Amino acid sequence: MSKFKQIVLAISLSGFSAFSWADTTLLNVSYDVMRDFYKDYNPVFQKYYEAKYKDKLSIQQSHGGSSKQARSVIDGLEADVVTMNQSTDIDAIVEKGRQINLGWEKKYADEAAPFSSMQVLIVRKGNPKGIKDWADLIKPNVQVVVPNPKTSGNGRYTFLAAWGAALKQNGGNEAKAREFTRAVFANVPLLDAGGRAATTTFMQRQMGDVLVTFENEAEMIAREFGRGNFEVVYPSVSIDADLPVAVVDKVVDKRGTRKVADEYLRYLWSPEGQEVAAQNYLRPRNAAVAAKYAKQFPPIKLFGVAEFGGMKAAQKKFFDDGAIYDQISAEIAKKR
Amino acid sequence: MKWKQSSVLPGFNLALGYSVLYLSLIVLLPLAALISKSMGLDWASFWAIVTEPRVVASYKVTFGASLIAALINLFVGLLIAWVLVRYSFPGKRFIDALVDLPFALPTAVAGIALATLYAPNGLLGAPLDRLGIKIAFTPAGIVLALTFITLPFVVRTVQPVLEDMEKELEEAASSLGATRWQIFYRVILPTIFPALLTGFTLAFARAIGEFGSVIFIAGNMPFKSEITPLMIISKLEQYDYLGASAIAVVMLVVSFALLLMINGLQWWMTRHRR
Repeated sequence: MSKFKQIVLAISLSGFSAFSWADTTLLNVSYDVMRDFYKDYNPVFQKYYEAKYKDKLSIQQSHGGSSKQARSVIDGLEADVVTMNQSTDIDAIVEKGRQINLGWEKKYADEAAPFSSMQVLIVRKGNPKGIKDWADLIKPNVQVVVPNPKTSGNGRYTFLAAWGAALKQNGGNEAKAREFTRAVFANVPLLDAGGRAATTTFMQRQMGDVLVTFENEAEMIAREFGRGNFEVVYPSVSIDADLPVAVVDKVVDKRGTRKVADEYLRYLWSPEGQEVAAQNYLRPRNAAVAAKYAKQFPPIKLFGVAEFGGMKAAQKKFFDDGAIYDQISAEIAKKR
Repeated sequence: MKWKQSSVLPGFNLALGYSVLYLSLIVLLPLAALISKSMGLDWASFWAIVTEPRVVASYKVTFGASLIAALINLFVGLLIAWVLVRYSFPGKRFIDALVDLPFALPTAVAGIALATLYAPNGLLGAPLDRLGIKIAFTPAGIVLALTFITLPFVVRTVQPVLEDMEKELEEAASSLGATRWQIFYRVILPTIFPALLTGFTLAFARAIGEFGSVIFIAGNMPFKSEITPLMIISKLEQYDYLGASAIAVVMLVVSFALLLMINGLQWWMTRHRR
């Protein structure tokens, strides 16, 4: 047998054996920024799973904008699990596609969100505009870079963070909160479609004085652009962005993968899973892991979307067509 | 019935049948699905969605910027086609190939490249910024992106017609005492006009639907630089499938009416010349 034939045979055999071994596959449909986390988490889980069940598991990932991914699942993408950046995306799958059963947020601890992030302020090196808190974003000479709340969960969390911070400052006065949030968005020179695009605008194009984004995105910026090129400012109070997960009931029942899918998500709360999260600058729930990484997570006063009656109520009140965000942007456009 | 035309080649029935089937599957069926989806709305709510001030502002941006971009390419495209056909110079083939590049490039790449170049800290954006001219993240950026994307249309439609034109016609006109302007206006322009109009129409139609490149350079400010496709995307983001299909139907109807009008104009002009 020639060398070439041997190689071909070896490759085809190995391909075949891998195929026959990997009888369990999972598809995790996730959002953009989670790419790095699951790249680290999947091998950790696979190792655990293979040791426990002596069975080979392969995990496929799909990433995109959170709501776009949810629409794909509604339209029939066979995801075993979904891992999103806002609960409304999972609620949409429950309501529009009915692939996930009601009550998904009760199936796991912490409202089915294994970790969280929060909105921080990212400023230029040396903080030339002296930005310390939300109140500094409405100064007349400050430009704020934020992704579009109409198209980005990141942008929606920023809007809610500014609104909530103003509520706290003014003893719950809604009119004052509205005025403050409008002043913040009046300082926004452009609205990128997603969080990553906003990062590019701020870091690459050097537009604006402050970028508002997730804490874990700040770590991505550090890895990409170097730690010395910007500073992270923690505001006095911020929003707790829960990042929820769910098993897609219809798909796992059809494919017979419920047990694996459930274990895959459950393991996110294990010390090992929580450790991977902390390494990716996602705030862990596990107290021991949180204590270990306390240095990288300064304690900040946080409020959750519960403040607004949950993400669904917030979506309706602020971000639906004709709701408060649209009214505010119309007022800003008129003034210009 | 006498609508079967005689031809040297056989197969009229087969060819027509195949064309109709193909067009139905590829074009008509998806569009019908879109329209039937929007039928889920009653007339009053359909009208309320498509006439919302912010959406109306986006029509103006989309159709306005597309028109300007197509007009720019009408003139610049003719010039490039003329240069490529009538002159020979070193690197001509290279430039000829360059013209098609906007077709091959993923539109998002084009958008990001243009935004990088024309941003206030970009290679061209920085000097322009000092002069007080802003291009990226303004409506001018939208026109720029659309001009780039639709460049090949006019060039590629006019080029073959110019190549087929006999130089002798111009020489004859000249020997009969026509001025240069008269030669262009009376001899060249009528010949290339149908091709020019086709190129313009294609460029205009392509620009109206463009999303990928524009989104990176527009700035996307409400009432100022939001394009209609973005309004559709933000409706989808709220899982408002009906609202999204309503705006899509408006774009479809307006685009089709404009294309029909331009085609009608072309037909009318060709008929009146003879």
